[in-house]
Amino acid sequence: MEQSTLIYLVVGATFLIYIGIALWAKAATTGEFYVAGKGVHPIANGMATAADWMSAASFISMAGLIAFNGYGASVFLMGWTGGYVLLAMLLAPYLRKFGKFTVPEFIGDRFYSRTARIVAVICLILASITYVIGQMKGIGVAFSRFLETSYEMGLYTGMGIVFVYAVLGGMKGITYTQIAQYVVLIFAYTVPAVFISLHITGNPVPQLGLGSTMADGTYMLDKLDQVVTELGFHEYTTQVMGSSLNMFVYTLSLMIGTAGLPHVIIRFFTVPRVADARASAGWALVFIAILYTTAPAVGAMARLNLMETIQIGPVGTEEGNLRYDERPEWFKKWETTGLLQFEDKNGDGRIQYYNDKNPAFAAKAESYGWKGNEMVKVDRDIMVLANPEIANLPGWVVALVVAGGLAAALSTAAGLLLAISSSISHDLLKGVFTPGISEKAELMASRIAMAGAILVAGYLGLHPPGFAAGTVAIAFGLAASSIFPVLMMGIFYKRMNRAGAIWGMIAGIGVTLLYVFQHKGIFFIPGTAFLGDLPKDWFFGISPNAFGAVGAVVNFAVAFLVSKITSPPPEHIQHLVEEIRVPKGAEAAPAH
Amino acid sequence: MTPENRSAYWKANLNLLTTLLIIWFVVSYGFGILLVDVLNTIQIGGYKLGFWFAQQGSIYTFLILIFVYAVRMGQLDRKFDVHED
Repeated sequence: MEQSTLIYLVVGATFLIYIGIALWAKAATTGEFYVAGKGVHPIANGMATAADWMSAASFISMAGLIAFNGYGASVFLMGWTGGYVLLAMLLAPYLRKFGKFTVPEFIGDRFYSRTARIVAVICLILASITYVIGQMKGIGVAFSRFLETSYEMGLYTGMGIVFVYAVLGGMKGITYTQIAQYVVLIFAYTVPAVFISLHITGNPVPQLGLGSTMADGTYMLDKLDQVVTELGFHEYTTQVMGSSLNMFVYTLSLMIGTAGLPHVIIRFFTVPRVADARASAGWALVFIAILYTTAPAVGAMARLNLMETIQIGPVGTEEGNLRYDERPEWFKKWETTGLLQFEDKNGDGRIQYYNDKNPAFAAKAESYGWKGNEMVKVDRDIMVLANPEIANLPGWVVALVVAGGLAAALSTAAGLLLAISSSISHDLLKGVFTPGISEKAELMASRIAMAGAILVAGYLGLHPPGFAAGTVAIAFGLAASSIFPVLMMGIFYKRMNRAGAIWGMIAGIGVTLLYVFQHKGIFFIPGTAFLGDLPKDWFFGISPNAFGAVGAVVNFAVAFLVSKITSPPPEHIQHLVEEIRVPKGAEAAPAH
Repeated sequence: MTPENRSAYWKANLNLLTTLLIIWFVVSYGFGILLVDVLNTIQIGGYKLGFWFAQQGSIYTFLILIFVYAVRMGQLDRKFDVHED
């Protein structure tokens, strides 16, 4: 069967399953629409959280970043898992005890202030929209390959599908579809990884294969280090991302961002008991770790495969480089998307792929008659999707990976859109501006908000500020600098008051936004950046993607100082804090 | 629940999570980033140890930490009689 037919079949079948579940669980009341009636088992909830959490950034983008950044990409691996430790210990059980629908609702009640609630909504929307832009990039890549069309066309198609999908069901639909999506995506991720690991190292477990030997007896990672350094690239296992300081701050930003992202936190409102909130974070991480410990193997092996596909013989010999007209099928298909580009700079009809930014190696390359790196564009986001084809895996595996990538992107986009729409309809309209709004009107408002969010994110996704994972990292920075510090202080620091929380959030997100916009452009619109975006332009070499940790420190400091010089919170609020610290007396299913 | 009991429970919780967060920090930021070059001199199988902590070991540690916390808090909840039914 044709490869494209197979992809249509597999993607179509998985979509039918999701839509079927969404229709079956069609949300009836607003309570169910947001938090699935608070009756989801911790393991089921963990699985759905994992699907919600692992987005296009994890599925499509991360292994590609690992492939090209080696050790440096560890910031994503640690950053996107370590946050669950913070979530389980510092936030989830207490927020579950508090028992409300949304994060701004907690902030509004704890800091006895509508202003605090509105500020929280704004922070939340900024972080979530940025996150959705990252998803749109991933969806655009997946659809462009799937439909064999340009990235832009892929993006428009994806927007339409996300819209239908997210607006159809609410959280309940989403919870059960997300379990189905988790199964699809984890299967799609691990199956090719097992095949490739088996093929390269003979060990079927990718986590072990990465540390194993290849057929010729050398360790796979040593071989990879050798292959890349021979072409002037940095050694894979020691390549840092910026500097150690940048990696430290980057990891911290992703971790606290994880614990500050509303669509993840809201998950822990849906478990039956406080104790379940702690366990549920652990279960979520179990399901996430299956992918995250596989990803380093996928990245390293994809890099090795890519290098060896193009560099087929010894470096410097004529026959060492693949002839362009003998390039494999996957190469041609990705060329049609524009995400992979070749330019025959020295006119020899062969492909030279090396690091021409490395002055020492560039001189050597000239002596070979090479006139610059000819793989002028290798979008990192295509690596996972292309990987099974590069490794010559059967067609159904390729189809499965496309379906998995779409599952990852769709589930997260839907979860985020839900967080955005509920904060607008529930927090802003019902909570602040029009308290008397009917349930039906609230539901309608949230659907309109979803549609608006998709349009904005889709438009900005045409010119994303980075790779899917990089864009998503900025979203984490925004959440880290605004939501996490006030939630944590709201629980652990009884003296924290209204003024402290409001100014802390404004200062934290303000500093982060300023830093991101000055290097990446105002609202990421190209050409509006007033400073360059190269390591030399950065404050102590900290990249904009990593700056959320600095914003969080500013948030903590400002909130602490302001609360010191203003009056303490009223008696009943201090009581409320005492109450959320103990599990006993948590309401089973608060009626709203 | 008496105020003394309440504060003893909270203190026990804070002690537990401080210990666990120190481990969390040492394994990820310590072994994975700050001390990576030192640990990389040790090789286990095909892995340099620092690289292994950064890309594998830290994640396994996080998992253990959360489940230890969940179990120990469950015990504390019962000890102080603040557990849910």
